[in-house]
Amino acid sequence: MNYKLNLLLIIIIVSSINKVTAQIDSTLLNRIPKDTLKQAMNMDATYNRPFLSIGKTPLAIGGYTEANWQHATSDGVSEGHQFQARRLTLFVASTINKRLKFLSEIEFEDGGKKIAIEFASMDVEFNPLLNFRGGIIMNPIGSFNQNHDGPKWEFTDRPISATQMLPATWSNSGFGLFGKKFKKDWMFGYEFYLSGGFDNSIIDNTENKTFLPEAKKNPERFEEINSGLPMVTGKIAVRNKLAGEIGLSYMGGVYNKFNDDGNIIDIKRRLDVFAIDYNVTIPKVKTTVIAEWAWILIDVPTTYLQNFGSNQHGGFVDIIQPVLSRKMFGWNKATLNLACRLEYVDWNYANFIETNTNIGDHLWSVMPAISFRPTAQTVFRFNYRYQQQTDLLGNPAALTGVFQVGFSTYF
Amino acid sequence: MKKQKILFLLFTAIICFISCKKIIPTAAPVEEILEGPIDGLTIEESNRFLHGDEAFGEFFTKETGLGPLFVENSCVSCHTGAGKGHPSSIVTRFGQIDELGNTYLDYGGPQLQNRSILGFSPEVIPSGASSTKLLAPIVVGLGYLDFVTDAYILAMADPDDANGDGVTGIPNWNTIPSFVEVRKGAITSNGKYICRFGKKASVYDIKQQIVSALNEDLGVNSVYDPIDLLSKQEVDPEISTQKIVDMNFYLRTLKAPTPRNQDDPEVIKGKNLFNQIQCTSCHKPKLETGYSPISVLSNKEFYPYTDLLLHDMGSGLDDGYTEGSAKTYEWRTPPLWGLGLATSSQGGSYFLLHDGRAHSIEEAIYWHGGEAASRRQMYLALPTDDKNALLKFLQSL
Ligand code: HEC
Ligand code: HEC
Repeated sequence: MNYKLNLLLIIIIVSSINKVTAQIDSTLLNRIPKDTLKQAMNMDATYNRPFLSIGKTPLAIGGYTEANWQHATSDGVSEGHQFQARRLTLFVASTINKRLKFLSEIEFEDGGKKIAIEFASMDVEFNPLLNFRGGIIMNPIGSFNQNHDGPKWEFTDRPISATQMLPATWSNSGFGLFGKKFKKDWMFGYEFYLSGGFDNSIIDNTENKTFLPEAKKNPERFEEINSGLPMVTGKIAVRNKLAGEIGLSYMGGVYNKFNDDGNIIDIKRRLDVFAIDYNVTIPKVKTTVIAEWAWILIDVPTTYLQNFGSNQHGGFVDIIQPVLSRKMFGWNKATLNLACRLEYVDWNYANFIETNTNIGDHLWSVMPAISFRPTAQTVFRFNYRYQQQTDLLGNPAALTGVFQVGFSTYF
Repeated sequence: MKKQKILFLLFTAIICFISCKKIIPTAAPVEEILEGPIDGLTIEESNRFLHGDEAFGEFFTKETGLGPLFVENSCVSCHTGAGKGHPSSIVTRFGQIDELGNTYLDYGGPQLQNRSILGFSPEVIPSGASSTKLLAPIVVGLGYLDFVTDAYILAMADPDDANGDGVTGIPNWNTIPSFVEVRKGAITSNGKYICRFGKKASVYDIKQQIVSALNEDLGVNSVYDPIDLLSKQEVDPEISTQKIVDMNFYLRTLKAPTPRNQDDPEVIKGKNLFNQIQCTSCHKPKLETGYSPISVLSNKEFYPYTDLLLHDMGSGLDDGYTEGSAKTYEWRTPPLWGLGLATSSQGGSYFLLHDGRAHSIEEAIYWHGGEAASRRQMYLALPTDDKNALLKFLQSL
């Protein structure tokens, strides 16, 4: 098939061109290196962004925006041409004291249809290994949730596993501790938070599947926890200068309302999410690999619909190869990259009780890309996605082809 | 060197673009897809079709009226792609063994709601009640079936086997709810009407089926059926009447399946055999509609392979449950149109007959007993080649 041919060509080019220097690294941007770390980890992403400080005030602001053109066709049916202003995000940071910072992030999505405070928390340092964070925090599950700024990625779409299985830009009111330690080529970081969490909507929604992102629609979650019990999120990560960063994370708790005004209305039902993430930039060839995989276990009542799975898993691998890195069109440090994303999600990893055959509801996708970065903060990207999605029953899969041209930039 | 690289890149980019055309997934041929409107709808009718399609595809939640007791959360959960259903969404009914009615209405009958929203317990079959399982049927071409006149159906019936072919065929005479619109020229008997939908042909028209599906399958109450399954009390409607009207129009105007490979000599041979061994006594190839306000359905010939009548299918298919005036061993002849496409809505396998027990077309034929037993014998007596041709014909429908 043709996309395979294209992939092959891309691989040939990638392997034929090496030793080109590039400016991609997993954190990408250090315009104002607020952090003392030379090379940062995913957990530092919130501060590792270009900020503009305003005069002599302690305030710094920043943000990013992304927009694109898209043409998608599913089994011969197309929505036609789409121009999308996907999101505009504003950050405001303030260094109240050298060891007391505040940062907030507000996201406007789909032309202002959705507005969300993604992050608004105060960080207090007692020791590099012991910091307090409280407010609206971003739950560090996997790496994408922490490190999701559009300009850092070579693809117009966010990973499907991060947005349609895990709830990308998932934040809650809560507080906790984090810390870092580094020694020679090694870095170690941990985070631990107690926060609000999910609700019944994750298994009662019009997506007709167990759908964690549904809980994002619940604005009450910043005020009260549906189950009345805090959700725990924890992550540990290790980074080696050569071998890259690996993170292990967990998020879980009781999601359902089991007690209403003192009346027991259900048993406690748990949700547990495990994720592993990895990223590396191979020194000489400058190939960057970013990968994440997550597993979700949910206690769904046995008397409930099988469509709402109790077991999900999925993830993605991005491979990015800079092929040209030099002065281009008058940009001194421009880079041209070839990239490819492979993704898979299974929303319902189980068998039907009646037939003992696999419950479908899974998807895979391949997305080759060409991206051009005139500067590290700005990316122009051209993507093609080929996707195969199987319904619950395992009927012939829906095939989708999508072309996208777009940009994303910090400002 | 650098120039070469740029050229090489440009070259691949161009190749990518050229091959783009080929990496846009195309639609499957129309004859392999069940969904879609009858050709020739007016623009207004196409709009109504789309609204109905949307309502039929809606997933209900607790918030929008699902439950508290239910079987599935949308019409399409069972009628995926408008095709036959899958055992994972099978329906169980219980509590009626003769034409005198359901004796378990106070115990949750006639339908088992085996699922419930969080914090509620689903029903269980009361002890002593006999039950049957019903797999969702194909729901295309229903408009044609809806506009066949009562007189036409009655003309096909042969309660005393006057023609001596060993096959009777009787309508299901049943009472009807007040909200259905009685057909012009409806034939009644002792205040009962000729019903035609459902596996026991106990349902009068599509609207009645929609309303009961909403309540019994989804737990969604409407103005027509406002009694909540659990509390047995009248509650506010949870769906607009407009949506019911839209769904009715949608189901009436879903096209009939387009037969495939009709010129294949083996298919032609199979079709002749189907006539020869008189499968057509029940699976009537051609029916006609009467007048319909939807002009594409008015006075049309169509090819469903059913007579909409009940037949004694023998003890093998007798589950000890019934509806209306049907006996427990009687079933309505199901249309055979779309049979060859069954697997593409059943997850790649065949689940045939009322409860999906048959895993191939041939197995479905083996189960034919009662007044269809002689036809099964004739089928079994056919040489292998002929059997294969007959099966190929059935797959082409
Ligand atoms: C839980 C599975 C299930 C759901 C949900 C469901 N159906 Fe059905 N449907 C069935 C079954 C089983 C039958 C056969 C019923 C019978 O024999 O009485 C059927 C029959 C029908 C028929 C009659 C077809 C014929 O040829 O006789 C129509 C029309 C229909 N359904 C429409 C709907 C609509 C509209 C909805 C949504 C409001 C719906 N169904 C929801 C399982 C389902
Ligand atoms: C006496 C009437 C009668 C005759 C004659 C008859 N059938 Fe049927 N057929 C039925 C009924 C009624 C059913 C449904 C039974 C059930 O659902 O349990 C059925 C079901 C089927 C099915 C399964 C359809 C489905 O959608 O599940 C097939 C296939 C079929 N018949 C083929 C044949 C063939 C081939 C012949 C001739 C050899 C034949 N039938 C003769 C009445 C008849």
